[in-house]
Amino acid sequence: MAHGAGGKASRKLVEGLFIPLLAPQPSQLLGDAAQVQINGAPLAITTDSFVVKPLRFPGGSIGELAVNGTMNDLAVSGARGEALTVTFVLEEGLPTELLEAEVRAMAAAADRAGVAVVAGDTKVVEHGKADKMYITTTGIGEPLPGVKIDARSVRPGDKVILSGPIGDHGITILLARGDLDFEADLRSDTRCVLALVEAMAKEAAPGIRWMRDPTRGGVATSLNELARDCGLSIHVLEQELPVRDEVRGACELLGLDPLHIANEGQFLAVVAPEYADAALNALTLAEGGEDARIIGDVREQPAGAVLVITGYGASRIVDMLVGDPLPRIC
Amino acid sequence: MRFVDEFRDPEIITKAAAEVHRLVDPGRHYRFMEVCGGHTHAIYRFGLKDLLPENIELIHGPGCPVCVLPMGRIDDGLSLCQDSNVIFTAFGDMMRVPGTHGSPLEHKARGADVRIVYSPSDALNLARANPDRHVMFFAIGFETTAPSTALTLLRARVEGIKNFSVFCNHVTIIPAIRAILDSPDMRLDAFIGPGHVSTVIGCRPYEWICRNENKPIVVSGFEPLDMLQSIVMILRQLNAGEAKVENQYKRVVPWEGNRAALRAMAEVFQLRPYFEWRGLGFISQSALRIRDEFAEWDAEQRFQVPGVRVTDPRAAQCGEVLKGVLKPHQCKLFGRECTPEHPIGALMVSTEGSCAAYHSYEHRKQLLTNIQTAA
Amino acid sequence: MCLAIPGKIIELVAGNPNLGTVDVVGVRRKVDLGLLKDEMPKPGDWVLIHVGFAMSKISEEDAQEQMRTLAMLGEADQAMQEVRGYGMDDADGHEKPN
Ligand code: SF4
Repeated sequence: MAHGAGGKASRKLVEGLFIPLLAPQPSQLLGDAAQVQINGAPLAITTDSFVVKPLRFPGGSIGELAVNGTMNDLAVSGARGEALTVTFVLEEGLPTELLEAEVRAMAAAADRAGVAVVAGDTKVVEHGKADKMYITTTGIGEPLPGVKIDARSVRPGDKVILSGPIGDHGITILLARGDLDFEADLRSDTRCVLALVEAMAKEAAPGIRWMRDPTRGGVATSLNELARDCGLSIHVLEQELPVRDEVRGACELLGLDPLHIANEGQFLAVVAPEYADAALNALTLAEGGEDARIIGDVREQPAGAVLVITGYGASRIVDMLVGDPLPRIC
Repeated sequence: MRFVDEFRDPEIITKAAAEVHRLVDPGRHYRFMEVCGGHTHAIYRFGLKDLLPENIELIHGPGCPVCVLPMGRIDDGLSLCQDSNVIFTAFGDMMRVPGTHGSPLEHKARGADVRIVYSPSDALNLARANPDRHVMFFAIGFETTAPSTALTLLRARVEGIKNFSVFCNHVTIIPAIRAILDSPDMRLDAFIGPGHVSTVIGCRPYEWICRNENKPIVVSGFEPLDMLQSIVMILRQLNAGEAKVENQYKRVVPWEGNRAALRAMAEVFQLRPYFEWRGLGFISQSALRIRDEFAEWDAEQRFQVPGVRVTDPRAAQCGEVLKGVLKPHQCKLFGRECTPEHPIGALMVSTEGSCAAYHSYEHRKQLLTNIQTAA
Repeated sequence: MCLAIPGKIIELVAGNPNLGTVDVVGVRRKVDLGLLKDEMPKPGDWVLIHVGFAMSKISEEDAQEQMRTLAMLGEADQAMQEVRGYGMDDADGHEKPN
């Protein structure tokens, strides 16, 4: 199995195995959360598992990721997470302090995100059968009023908004593993983006057509999925992409593309052109949204693909990532 | 100066591109080979084809160390990681390259201890940190990378680190260029010379190309402005009827190369009488082996390697693509049996490989614009 | 065929004459300077880094000169246009295709 890092392989797994067997009549396109109706009340529900090495890294830890990640999946589906459940899979012999630290981290993150953790479960597996700790969280949420997310509603001329600098999380993790012996003052961007989404929705809800948090596989993968789902082309202006110097430096050294690097506290939104300024304004005024930008727009051609336009008018196709981003020397 | 952004300045790029357009003879078709895979990657990455006149054709050369490595060498190297005491280390570039029984990553998934290193010195550090294990470094690369391996081996000898070895696949660029020029179906007007290799070997070794073949060669940097300036320099030579070696990448490449690096290489390596290149066949004196004085650190001398030769799948046309005779999409397998997810040849794996570069950056763009113009 | 990146030496590592710490826009790593031992770089120098080794010293002077040459490409072009504007041929007497 090589389906871990997002991108093409995991999409294939979902579409080739899970959907045909588990959800032969999917009610909607693959999104970050599903919509269900209970007694006529619409609810959003999603689940995600978290596996990260190292467990703690500058700017966050697995516990924080587990809360923020699921809250973000709900937020970009246009829902406010109201309750989370959590499952821990622990390797036998895990020091209790480690577990306690993560439970505390989760509590603090849930508090910041304004969500309650309402149920939990723990399994312990034999030493060596798991790598310290895995966490799964499931979240349910209530739809944000007036927000409807559907890739098929995306139209040529729509604007693509990005909430802030990309690649911080992925590069932080890569450096935190220590194998590369690189140092940088960089922190994971893990955070709950709900407040930002809400701020934007308040001003521009009717114009929001699609959102996604570009986690594994990065912005390139999310936008490729969008391009495929809506059958249109996404044009990204390279000069508008917010990338921190340290991320750029690490990417240059390692031969990686920041567009392929994971984020844990950013989201992409496609907004109708007449709402784009209002949406961007609302974001840049909100705390933590200062670096939001319009990074591109939706066009008709080349359909199904993401095109990056350089500052001097040349262009290149950016594909989904195949496998993990591996450092290269040539 | 940061030595990067300055050379990506959109305004100057536009000017330089205009200069290229001004210098070309519209009635002539130009074929320039960029020897180095790093240039191939830069051409796609920066969308440089969009800036060039249509009658300048860039031919991708053999300078991608992963691409030219025959599958047998990969199998040989991987055979050593069957031993559970061995830590197999290699650059990230190698990790997805298919061997007969899968890539290094697939061996790792099956339980072998396979690790990515950024530097040969990191592999040596791993040996220091794991005195009970044997750390083998699967070395690839042209003359840019070989000195680093050499220095690492010298350090291992000085410190007497015995649980470390190198499986040496270092190759040299000049014989490969010679092989390309000898190929009868090749017509080229000029070369864009490999910038980083030249930091080591300097510019002199290219002089024979100009003398014997009467073709200009401009040693070039890798930023968009470097490459455009190199093309300007080539066109000026061609327009003036000249054929000489020029150094566009002066800020980095000394004309005489790096003597300390060459000394380290000479101390540790010697030329192999011949070496097999994927697609190009056996080329004499085209690769390096570890000298007998360093036999203890030479994985090939220290362990039993099977020494296998594996022929590429018959329909694969990696050789023709490597020589620049075929464009990637003209290979029968391109985009069908052979894709970045399921690569058959290494050219589809390495980001420097012309097939991978073409597939991810250009192929769909072309395909889609074709559809667009047809519609 | 070889990814190599400019970095600035910020310090030499005490106790190991072959190591220096370089900075690449905020990312730091110790690199081996052994291949430059004929002309050891000092803190503040820029070097080209490949697989954790400094391969060559970068010359700011040459880079500046390159930038000047590049800037002149356009100027020469402009001058040419002006000359054409006066209905004159290029210096070599041929009308260049435009
Ligand atoms: S498409 Fe695949 S098989 Fe064909 S030349 Fe490229 S790498 Fe080789």
